[in-house]
Amino acid sequence: MNDQAPMRKEAELTEDDRPVKLRCKNVWKVFGAGAAKFLADRAAVVTSENLSEAKLVGAVRNASIEVRRGEIFIVMGLSGSGKSTLVRCLSRLIEPTWGSVELDGMDLLKAKPDELIEIRRHRMGMVFQHFALLPHLTVLENIAFPLSVQGVDRKTREARARKVIELVGLNGREQFYPRELSGGQQQRVGIARSLCVEPEIWFLDEPFSALDPLIRREMQTELLRLQSVLKKTIVFITHDFDEAIRLADRIAIMKDGEIIQTGTPEELVLHPATDYVAEFTRDVQRAKVMSAARLMQPVSPSADYGGTVQATDKVSTFSARIVGVRKNFLVTGADGKPLGEVTPDAVIDLLADRDLTREERI
Amino acid sequence: MTVADTSITARPAQISSWTLIWIAAVTVVAILYMMPGIAPWAVKYPSDAVIPISDWISAFMAWVKANFTWLTRGITDIVNVPLQWAISLLAKGWKFGYGPDALVLPRLSWIGICAAFALAGFAFGGGRLAALAAGCMIYIALFGQWDSAMLTLALIAISVPLCVVIGLGLGIVAFRKPWFDRAIIQPMLDLMQTMPTFAYLIPMLLLFGNSPVSGMLATAIFAMPPMVRATVLALKRVPHEIDDFGEMVGCTERQKLLKVLLPSGRPTLMVGVNQVIMLALNMVIISSMIGAGGLGYDVLLALRALKIGQGMEAGLAIVALAIVLDRLSQAAARQRPSVHVADQNFVHRYPMLTAAVAVLAGTTLLSLFLPAFASVPAAIKMSTAPWWKAVVDWVNIHFFDAIEAFRTILLLYVLNPIRDFLVEFPWLGMVLLVGLAGYRLSGPRLAVLVVLMTAFCAATGLWEKSMATLYLCGVSAVIAAIFGIALGIAASRSDRFAAFLMPICDTLQTLPSFCFIIPVVMLFRVGDVTAMIATVLFAIVPAIRYTNHGIRQIPESLIEAATVSGCTPRQMFWRVQLPLALPEIMLGLNQTVLLALSMIIICAMIGTRDLGQEVFIALAKADAGRGLTAGFAIAFIGIVADRLLRASTDRLQSRLGLV
Repeated sequence: MNDQAPMRKEAELTEDDRPVKLRCKNVWKVFGAGAAKFLADRAAVVTSENLSEAKLVGAVRNASIEVRRGEIFIVMGLSGSGKSTLVRCLSRLIEPTWGSVELDGMDLLKAKPDELIEIRRHRMGMVFQHFALLPHLTVLENIAFPLSVQGVDRKTREARARKVIELVGLNGREQFYPRELSGGQQQRVGIARSLCVEPEIWFLDEPFSALDPLIRREMQTELLRLQSVLKKTIVFITHDFDEAIRLADRIAIMKDGEIIQTGTPEELVLHPATDYVAEFTRDVQRAKVMSAARLMQPVSPSADYGGTVQATDKVSTFSARIVGVRKNFLVTGADGKPLGEVTPDAVIDLLADRDLTREERI
Repeated sequence: MTVADTSITARPAQISSWTLIWIAAVTVVAILYMMPGIAPWAVKYPSDAVIPISDWISAFMAWVKANFTWLTRGITDIVNVPLQWAISLLAKGWKFGYGPDALVLPRLSWIGICAAFALAGFAFGGGRLAALAAGCMIYIALFGQWDSAMLTLALIAISVPLCVVIGLGLGIVAFRKPWFDRAIIQPMLDLMQTMPTFAYLIPMLLLFGNSPVSGMLATAIFAMPPMVRATVLALKRVPHEIDDFGEMVGCTERQKLLKVLLPSGRPTLMVGVNQVIMLALNMVIISSMIGAGGLGYDVLLALRALKIGQGMEAGLAIVALAIVLDRLSQAAARQRPSVHVADQNFVHRYPMLTAAVAVLAGTTLLSLFLPAFASVPAAIKMSTAPWWKAVVDWVNIHFFDAIEAFRTILLLYVLNPIRDFLVEFPWLGMVLLVGLAGYRLSGPRLAVLVVLMTAFCAATGLWEKSMATLYLCGVSAVIAAIFGIALGIAASRSDRFAAFLMPICDTLQTLPSFCFIIPVVMLFRVGDVTAMIATVLFAIVPAIRYTNHGIRQIPESLIEAATVSGCTPRQMFWRVQLPLALPEIMLGLNQTVLLALSMIIICAMIGTRDLGQEVFIALAKADAGRGLTAGFAIAFIGIVADRLLRASTDRLQSRLGLV
């Protein structure tokens, strides 16, 4: 991983020293007869050739990720890349063949069935691609379902459910049945249902992939809004790189069961680890992923600033303004301290994809 | 196909070797047939080598009867309680005490029941279904079949819930433990469904006594398989995500099953319930003939006395009951919950149910004072019996010669030669050919299975009767297939014809098998021709349905591709539609064969001489060993036919790349 260096730098610039909420280390999921023994015998030092020789299929191979508290962590990969299997290993819907999964430092794989039930009841929530709503229950009953499983009495759980219904904007639909709702509304129900137990970690398995593009955008915005209120730890699966860029704090890109790169959208765009990653990032508008910090230069002594932006602001959020006033903008940290300045030329270069020289300047 | 290059060289050799094997086998069998003298033991199974399986079974049954009567009679007593209750409620009323001062509670009023059926129809399917339900029930009442019909309904009302509960339980076990499913439940279901119903009536009678209970338990065995299969299917079909969801909210196993999986599979489960009801009706009709009373008994009595009108009337009452039960349960299966406002009371939430209960209670109370409410007044009863008799008489007078000629020609030139050929067929030769086919189609396992099952028919000394069964069943199935496929093709080509044909198919399929015999007996009297025609009518539906569906389900894109390549309609049919629909058509044929087999056995009542007759004799003599052995032989014929057809379907499908 030759991207370690810029990643460090980025970590210094952004707020990220939050504690790790969910960590998985060297997780393998191998299908086939005798897979567990095969991996154990070799202490999981195995290549894909080894696996195919043994007639085994490695759905997830040696995956390690760390999801920090309050972060939107996106696992991106095309179909068959193992992303869904990985997230099911994290929630132990699928038993990993090898490796460890820790939630708040506790080994999830060692949890006994009843402990696991408790963890799932109170600390995890999951949203599914095809909504997985129960067809025989109304919206209200669907949303209150996780609580009813826990044995919460009817009054309490319906009151809680109504609160979440409010949160996702489904007021007035409480007594509808899922089939009477549009896809977007159904997924709102799915989201509300998973939030009803106030989970600490929230798995979203391609939640918007089954929706029309316009609705998908609307739901992404909705998710960002919810997250700004709720600050959950989110593991989000998608096959759509644009969606990943839009939502992610960090992205892990998977191919053939392996994680080939983990980083912020900015890092992926600027330093794709492989040609495969570059293939995805090629058409991404840089202004949308790059922050002011990435573009800034040291503060010049006698500057007349046309405006102020935060270091973490994406260039696209102020590009129109800065090109309009044709003056340098001051870049400040979260605490308001000046860190540097951005010139209109730098922004224009970036918009015109001539930014490669800028990189060297930093 | 990656094997294309290797098969080019391999194929000719393979074909010739198998052709040689087949030629050799057929030659050997032909020699045996022509010259039975060279190995008589291979032609006719030696009678001193017959395995006395029936004696063993009889001995075993005697032992069970001697040692477990306390248990079986106990079960009888327990099951009898709800059964008698239902019979009292619907058919007979209650009587407490004796003599003139006995307290008599009336049964439900017939007017109330008609109204309740209409309300159920309205609740599930609106005005049309309400009219249909009420019409059929009123028909039953006015034509004097009410008492029998209510007896039948009571038996159904108790056996269906029993079937559904046990079927659900078995289905859940089968779903949870796949090995148990494969090793025990599936073979058991196959046997339960191919075994003729009469065969297991005998041990039931022995164990549970000559009461409606044994009929009911036989019904439960006969009607349960679809529920088990529907449960397994429903649970398997629940989307994976819903299953995951159940795990993720922390359901326990029990919660997941009861709150997530079963409710999600409700539509499929309801299809199972519908089938259970229809099979239960079919079986109740049959078992009522052995003394439980009810509609079937009336038909049998009328037929025996050659009272054609009465027989037809009772038969139509069965049809009416079958249609009502089928349409209502289907509509109930399609019901989905709709928006409701919370916090309503019971009456508001279930207005129809409340109304039905109120009507039933009201009319039944009235029947205490007004006899017209208690039983159908004689003044409004009608009878079409004379009319039916006149119709049949007219047909017989005017067309007797034509019908008789048709019958005789069919018997002399088609049926009898085939029968003679099969009955004379060397048993060892048949075993050899069947085994070879099994090996060729699937492999050694199927070969061993079919060889053992075919040999069973010979080794129990039932070979000639088995062949007689095979002949009638085979001829009927072939005729049903020819007509069925032709009709199916026609239906697939014309929406109008399909719209006309499909309701007829639906109705034919809901009718209890016994109903098919009545009209045919009137025209052709008893005998093989009658059995054949009734069987063809009964077994034709799957052939029509699957052919139509098979051709219609071919993707539009393939048809378009064929059209733009310039196919004429003829080419389109022979080169595109038929090959692609073939697997589906084969599935239909498979069902046609199994239905034909089950019908042939029932036709033994009208005097065929085959395994069915054997079962009936055993039934009359209450000889469990003889009945069950013949039953097994029938079941094995069915299973052999099923497996061979299914294996050839699988081969076809894999050759077309459809699986």
